Amino acid sequence: MSAPLLSCRGLEIRAGDRCLVRALDLDVAAGERWALVGPNGAGKTSLLMVLAGARAADAGTIALAGRPIGAWGVEALAGLRALVADRWFDPFASSVLDLVVAARYRLRGADAAPGKDGSAESFARACLAAMDCAALAARDVRYLSRGERQRVAVAVALAQDTAVLLLDEPISHQDPRHQIQVLQALSDRPGCTCIGALHDVNAAARFASHALLLYGDGRWLAGPAAAVLTRANLSPLFETAITEIAVGPHRVFLSHN
Amino acid sequence: MPPTIRPIQCRESLRMTSSWMTRRAVLQVLGLATLAALLAALRFGSVDLDSAELLRALAALLRGRHDDSLATTLLALRLPRAGTAMAVGGLLALSGALLQSLLRNPLADPYVLGVSGGASCAALLAIAAGAGAAAIALSAAGGALLALGLLFALAHRALFARDVLLEPGRDSAILLTGVMIASLCAAILSLVLSLAPDGRLRTMVFWLLGDLGGATDPGLAVLALATWLVLWLVAQRDAPALNLMLGGDLQAYTQGVPTTRVRRRLIVVTAIATGLAVAMAGAVGFVGFVAPHLVRRVLGPDPRHVLPAASLLGAILVLLADTVGRCVAAPLQLPVGALMALIGVPVFVWQLQRP
Repeated sequence: MSAPLLSCRGLEIRAGDRCLVRALDLDVAAGERWALVGPNGAGKTSLLMVLAGARAADAGTIALAGRPIGAWGVEALAGLRALVADRWFDPFASSVLDLVVAARYRLRGADAAPGKDGSAESFARACLAAMDCAALAARDVRYLSRGERQRVAVAVALAQDTAVLLLDEPISHQDPRHQIQVLQALSDRPGCTCIGALHDVNAAARFASHALLLYGDGRWLAGPAAAVLTRANLSPLFETAITEIAVGPHRVFLSHN
Repeated sequence: MPPTIRPIQCRESLRMTSSWMTRRAVLQVLGLATLAALLAALRFGSVDLDSAELLRALAALLRGRHDDSLATTLLALRLPRAGTAMAVGGLLALSGALLQSLLRNPLADPYVLGVSGGASCAALLAIAAGAGAAAIALSAAGGALLALGLLFALAHRALFARDVLLEPGRDSAILLTGVMIASLCAAILSLVLSLAPDGRLRTMVFWLLGDLGGATDPGLAVLALATWLVLWLVAQRDAPALNLMLGGDLQAYTQGVPTTRVRRRLIVVTAIATGLAVAMAGAVGFVGFVAPHLVRRVLGPDPRHVLPAASLLGAILVLLADTVGRCVAAPLQLPVGALMALIGVPVFVWQLQRP
């Protein structure tokens, strides 16, 4: 087995005096799709920040592509992982295409601009098309619906062309068709490793190869999705009764009280 | 009969995705306009020169020959003033454009960080003590640096925090600290004004209004123009990074931008630009706020285009306002700051009304 692309040892994340994640050991191999599942405030976003190198862990180590994450420079890191955050700043009018092309910064530096750099523009348009946003290219980002804006944010991350994608609730604003479309496009990328926080357990069960459950009190559970995403695990995780139904090849979870 | 339903016009689909070509064309037009404004500033005044005289005198001055003709004499007076006006406008517009992008706040202007307040305080104290023009400019620069130091000390956490995790309070912490420093300076200013001897009050008020009357030193003008160029080049190198930072520091960081370093460097650039401009011409308002806005309406928000275009537009605006101020009530000279706002506000409001 090859060395993992991303691995954590003894990772600890605190928020104030609460310990969200304690002694997390995780190995993510290339091509795996991990779902982070847990209740609100359990530390999914914090863990993504730490894995992205944007926030320091309170204890433990992270290695990305064989080196400690802190040993990579900011720019080199941008070639290894991209992050889709769950909120966006659009203080000024800007076209969608400009936004996606700008994400080629690491690769093209100052030259990246639609009309000037043909390859950057065609790559950006392909990323938009993968997110079903091709028609939005000329629109002002400030007037997009939240769902559209979110897909554009994923396209921006795709444009960075990295081995690892970190996604914070990438389908939280999507309609049913686009939920499937976004996740399908992400899993179709050859060799792409994804780690995404997902509230939709059914989407997680359908698309993730692995899952990491965060309980919010330091406990965690990691493993192949089929073994981890079960009624027996999810009910205590969300502190609510959950029923598991088999629909064809898929498993569907229903919560009720 | 059912009412006809008209389709809603999709206004948000953008004109603004201007091509790279338009962006270059706009820059070229602005460059030419700067040249035209400069020539106008040299030509018009209490005594107008005709073009032939102007060119002849300009050639004589460039060759270093000072004949005693009226044209050469006038030019020797107008050239440093025009150079200073350009530098002041360019510096203020540059720092306005940088601050609006850095703080992601379209309301920011060069005075919002309190740097100009510090410069004004120190300058007025120098005037109160009876200092000469050079000492006033020097102490204004010192005051600007002092205010910048205070800002760095007080907003330390927001400016230097290593944690690049999305901090919603960060921008407003910098902004609020700046506003507090500016308020403190305003209080000191009113104290100085109320305690100053009557004889010096007029100089102080004119200084506060923004006045290029004292810009007669060609060496200072060249220094200011050179500083403008250097600061613009420094800022321009960071423009692609700044463009990504518009989308938030977290996003920019994950896209490969060393955000803390860029932010620190650019804040220093704005402070130097503002301090220098205020030291040379007093508190010239409006241009630092409005030039980036007008440019952004045509070119979009990308700092790579906004920084040079706003800089040039700022230079043009101050040049024109100062020329009009010298001509309209000659031999009286009107303060450049007041004129700029008088002409600029209607233009800006008209721009805002357009769809």
